[in-house]
Amino acid sequence: MLTLVFLLLIMVGFALWAIFTNLLLRAAIALALTSATLTIIMFRLDAPYAGAFELSVCAGLIPVIFISVISLLQRIPLPEQIERRQKRLKRFWYLPLVLLAIGWLFYAIKPVPGNFIRPEIINDVRVVLWDQRRLDLFGQILALLAGAYGVTILFKENKNNDH
Amino acid sequence: MVDDWRPSGNNMDDLFLIIPFILLVVINLLPESWRKISFWLVLFLTGWQTCLAVLIPLKLGHIIEIFKLENLFGFNLQLTNLMALLLCATGLVAFCSVLVAQVMIKQERDRFNFFNLLIITLIGMNGLAMTRDLFSLYVFIEVTALASFLQINLYRDQKGQEAVWKYLILSVVASTLLLSGLAIFLMVAGGTSLQQINLALLAGTTFWPKLALALFVAGLLVKGGVVPFHGWLPDTYQAAPAPVSVLLAGIVTKACGLYGLARLGFFLCPLNKVLLIFGTASIIIGALAALGQKDLKRLLAYSSISQIGYIVLAFGIGTKLGYLAALFHFFNHAVLKGQLFANAAAIEAGAGTTEIEKLNGVGPKMPVTAFTTLIAMLSTAGLPPLAGFWSKLLIIMALWFAGLYGYALIAVLASILTLAYFLYVQRNIFFCQPIAAVKAAEPSLTLLLPALILMTITVGLGLVFPWAIGIFVR
Repeated sequence: MLTLVFLLLIMVGFALWAIFTNLLLRAAIALALTSATLTIIMFRLDAPYAGAFELSVCAGLIPVIFISVISLLQRIPLPEQIERRQKRLKRFWYLPLVLLAIGWLFYAIKPVPGNFIRPEIINDVRVVLWDQRRLDLFGQILALLAGAYGVTILFKENKNNDH
Repeated sequence: MVDDWRPSGNNMDDLFLIIPFILLVVINLLPESWRKISFWLVLFLTGWQTCLAVLIPLKLGHIIEIFKLENLFGFNLQLTNLMALLLCATGLVAFCSVLVAQVMIKQERDRFNFFNLLIITLIGMNGLAMTRDLFSLYVFIEVTALASFLQINLYRDQKGQEAVWKYLILSVVASTLLLSGLAIFLMVAGGTSLQQINLALLAGTTFWPKLALALFVAGLLVKGGVVPFHGWLPDTYQAAPAPVSVLLAGIVTKACGLYGLARLGFFLCPLNKVLLIFGTASIIIGALAALGQKDLKRLLAYSSISQIGYIVLAFGIGTKLGYLAALFHFFNHAVLKGQLFANAAAIEAGAGTTEIEKLNGVGPKMPVTAFTTLIAMLSTAGLPPLAGFWSKLLIIMALWFAGLYGYALIAVLASILTLAYFLYVQRNIFFCQPIAAVKAAEPSLTLLLPALILMTITVGLGLVFPWAIGIFVR
């Protein structure tokens, strides 16, 4: 349990780094590290398939896409970077207050431990994806297609601009 | 509804997902010189969906079943008559959006991209209306939202990008809330199907199932643009290209936020008071904000927030009549807002602007648009015998029978506010003397057709509403 809490804290740390860093490249790396930590958590929680997907897609494929997009961008000048960093920190002034409010809410409500049920685990990814979550798989295909159209729309515009 | 997982007797549910998907593949396989026919194909698709959704409650849907396509995928969906009403609204608004796109999107490549994204949005919304599982509901919300982000940014201009940015940020917040709710449901119910969640909510007197429900509903309210989560909505509607505005205001926003509430139905009982408060706040703040707007599309956006408030209020009543009233107001609002945004597109095409002050006295030059706008506005304000009157009457009756007299009074008074801001629009755009010579003319018939179709439905449905309600409730 203690290890899991420690891993969760590390994951939150990486996630915060991804938000607060002023370099996109670092943010992409921080996101990959967040996903990698989540993968370890998933393996520890006896969810190897979810862990494998998280590792391959979220910690692998997505950072590659991010980094390839970032490589197409121009870097902003240093003074502007500093100005933006200060603005960004100001924008999140309320974050500690939100955390305090949530903490107080949980303290005030005193949530009792729930009657938690362990979901049925099927160790066959084919059964899970095709028999149980077929509709979600179809949704995933649609999401990928929408993403493909997004790339088409944006990149074709770039091509036109080059002309 | 509580008994939502029972078979509906319709075996064609999958077709609403499969046929659009097949068409999506087909139009992308067409040679570039043939892409012009994608307009006709998408128009046929949306018209087919509208007609089929009407046939289901009339028990004529089995005609389609002879093709036996329904067993191809076995998606385990469920289609009730009331959900068919939502599918009908989806098809109808998408049909009008396709017509508007044909005129308003000038570049053929943009138009082709729009049609592709529209089909994805359509499948997403159909999935939302028919799924029996809350996780699948979340997946289809994301599919719909993702396609919408791209549609708003179709022209890749700064205005569109800013609007998408706001929409995206709030959408991510909503997704976090939805996923948190789903995670807790998974822990307390052992799954995310509506049946398992129902059992957990019935058995659970503890804190956790209610917290999960609250988080999930909060996510849906953010997606639906309910006050105080409405900040993104006016900017998005105003900045989006005309056909996208029709689609977003007509159906997409409501589908992402309120289809979820419709699927949850009476599971919402622990949150009834919360929904009543959020609904009332939306009605009042949306109507008051609409009063001060200078741009027609922005005014219509605030009006949308107000009308969405009525739907949330009706869901919050927690009775069968309230549920019914919410779904019928959903349908009416989809038709009316689709019509009003189609009118806004006609005005934009005919007069070149949607700023109210610059449109003084365009009425005589655009008589068809003036007339259809008037009908839509009167119906939205709830004047008899138009369709909007009946659904508002149902909401007020449901509130009254539930003993919620204060809320009923607010609903009536807010209707007067609605009438006030719409009369302001009518007076300043259509029924006043022009300050300067205004250049305006009616646009082509293709652009007038959506408003004419939707106006016919508004008037026709108003006249046969008691019969229609019987058909869908049967």
